[in-house]
Amino acid sequence: MAYEKVNEINLKDTELRLGLPGTEQVKEEQEVSCVRSNKRQYQSDNEEASTPPTKTQIVGWPPVRSYRKNNNSVSYVKVSMDGAPYLRKIDLKTYKNYPELLKELENMFKFTIGEYSEREGYKGSEVVPTYEDKDGDWMLVGDVPWDMFSSSCKRLRIMKGSDALALDSAL
Amino acid sequence: MNRAIKSRLSTSEMNYFPDEVIEHIFDFIASHRDRNSISLVNKSWHKIERYSRHQVFIGNCYAISPERLIRRFPCLRSLTLKGKPHFADFNLVPHEWGGFLHPWIDALAKGRVGLEELRLKRMVVSDESLELLSRSFVSFKSLVLVSCDGFTTDGLASVAANCRHLRELDLQENEIDDHRGQWLNCFPDTCTTLVSLNFACLKGETNLAALERLVARSPNLKSLKVNRAVPLEALTRLMSCAPQLVDLGVGCYENEPEPESFAKLMAAIKKCTLLRSLSGFSEVAPVCLTAFYPICENLTSLNLSYAAELQGNHLIEFVQFCKRVQRLWILDSIGDKGLEIVASSCKELQELRVFPSDPHDEEDNNTAVTEVGLVAISAGCPKLHSILYFCKQMTNEALITVARNCPNFIRFRLCILEPNKPDPITSQSLDEGFGAIVQACKGLRRLSVSGLLTDKVFLYIGMYAEQLEMLSIAFAGDTDKGMLYVLNGCKKLRKLEIRDSPFGNAALLADVGKYETMRSLWMSSCEVTLGGCKRLARNAPWLNVEIINENESGRMERNEEDEREKVDRLYLYRTVVGTRRDAPPCVTIL
Repeated sequence: MAYEKVNEINLKDTELRLGLPGTEQVKEEQEVSCVRSNKRQYQSDNEEASTPPTKTQIVGWPPVRSYRKNNNSVSYVKVSMDGAPYLRKIDLKTYKNYPELLKELENMFKFTIGEYSEREGYKGSEVVPTYEDKDGDWMLVGDVPWDMFSSSCKRLRIMKGSDALALDSAL
Repeated sequence: MNRAIKSRLSTSEMNYFPDEVIEHIFDFIASHRDRNSISLVNKSWHKIERYSRHQVFIGNCYAISPERLIRRFPCLRSLTLKGKPHFADFNLVPHEWGGFLHPWIDALAKGRVGLEELRLKRMVVSDESLELLSRSFVSFKSLVLVSCDGFTTDGLASVAANCRHLRELDLQENEIDDHRGQWLNCFPDTCTTLVSLNFACLKGETNLAALERLVARSPNLKSLKVNRAVPLEALTRLMSCAPQLVDLGVGCYENEPEPESFAKLMAAIKKCTLLRSLSGFSEVAPVCLTAFYPICENLTSLNLSYAAELQGNHLIEFVQFCKRVQRLWILDSIGDKGLEIVASSCKELQELRVFPSDPHDEEDNNTAVTEVGLVAISAGCPKLHSILYFCKQMTNEALITVARNCPNFIRFRLCILEPNKPDPITSQSLDEGFGAIVQACKGLRRLSVSGLLTDKVFLYIGMYAEQLEMLSIAFAGDTDKGMLYVLNGCKKLRKLEIRDSPFGNAALLADVGKYETMRSLWMSSCEVTLGGCKRLARNAPWLNVEIINENESGRMERNEEDEREKVDRLYLYRTVVGTRRDAPPCVTIL
């Protein structure tokens, strides 16, 4: 797998892999026995080519007591769907796995979604569920284990049309 | 002190009165400042005042030692102590900085002081301290802890178990390690004196049965604030056996209740005809909120600022019925439109706080409030005197209008979320707007400024803010002149806190004597250097000049010091007891 530079970080440096330090492991595909980053490259017509810059947060600003900040940060995430005029919020804590979540999304936004497979994504779907993680990267829902997803997901976006195809085919 | 009394009784006349009579007269003087003034008149008055002083307020626990306090006021019954500087609220002060309660309790216990009330703010409290407190003061009645940390529910258990005459246990926004124990069970069955119980900040589960029993045997209970873990049905039962409640804090109700539960809740609420203050709601489904409609009109205080998921329209629906509300704390999800409705409905409003629902703008939402909401409030609420307002933007025109509408502000704290943001319409700084505020509001005691500001705003503040006691500055000013305008102009200044502003040694050192008239000065990420701080410390031995280092690895080595190095965080305060000995390695006291 060719490692690309994203935001000046050589992805190779961030790869988690088994093996003694100093050894090189070159494999086409690795079995996912350990958690690893499985980020697909994603581009959309509507967004800039690079990932949106995360706002540098200033320490202690805005001046809100940490007690209050902690209280107000819940595990609700916003869900948007391309073309839908409204946003919804869901509490990720209430779902235990991907099928439950996807079923709820289907109900909420009235769409049907195809089968997910790691290799082919949501092949045959009219929509593709994606999410933005803590690092600001856009990922396909289902790429990482559920626990990792639910703790790193910041928002969800149901993509339609050509964007969906572009993501799917990017591997 | 009443001028009439002063003029009529000259000291010489009063000296013919027996001490008890003078003491009786002093009983009518409650304010700390007046009491301090009385004690300076002559030795006799000093002595009488000392022995009759029951309430003492200490704004900085390091300004005096517990031993000296007790020596002077042996009949102390009520003590207020404040520890960490204000900016500790925003993670700018290391956790281990100081503000420990234990030496105080230790000294008070040893001195056999008949302590009855203790109020603490930003202090580090340990379970051991709470245990010692609970065993040492037989008449102890009231414990109020605000923004404290370092203790667990075990400490609360000691207080519950041992303070036989406990009336008040009020825990506000503390970081408490919840051991999920049975602290509520520790109140003995004989404890029936509770008037106020607030444990909203506890994060763990609550023994509902113990709580219900406690409330049932507390006929004097006026204030009850529960935590998240008290479900709707339990709340209903609590309210049913305490219809005399005046102040209620509820838990977390994000799900719609069953119709039967809802009906019971409404019935219980209707009976609470004395309820005047409502808070809690760490989450609330809109329909749950409607259960409180019957008592809306009676509310004088409403705090919905923790309900992050409650949408603006539901918030507005509720608040508009609270026609008598005087104190309102909400989130900016109410929006400008919502504030306009508040302005037209809530004519008794005195204090308003609008907190950001999305402090870091992570969601790019558009519901934050702007100058429009503030202007509406200022126009509609004639009794408004205190405001804390987090907003997306502000204009000079709006601030000038607000100043004209509300010349009675005592506290004006404006926080524009984006630092250095100018007036979006004119692209100018907000100097003129804040200038208008300080000029119009002659009684202004507390001010926080934000947005794009030059030295000029500080010229205005120095010129006009004659009653100003506390000033908070962030990302403002151009040169040392700014800070100098304030130090020279604001005669009543007690607390000055500055961050990320270009003020340096020249301003810091210009008038060292000024700091003796103030409680404290905080400067972080400014231009002051180590050399400047050292010079200050040399010239002002009555000050503790603390340097808080960024990397908390160790005290600065003498040979590594570079006088030109900028100081990351400076905190200085007047004190009569010299350098404190409990400072952690990351703090260097010059």
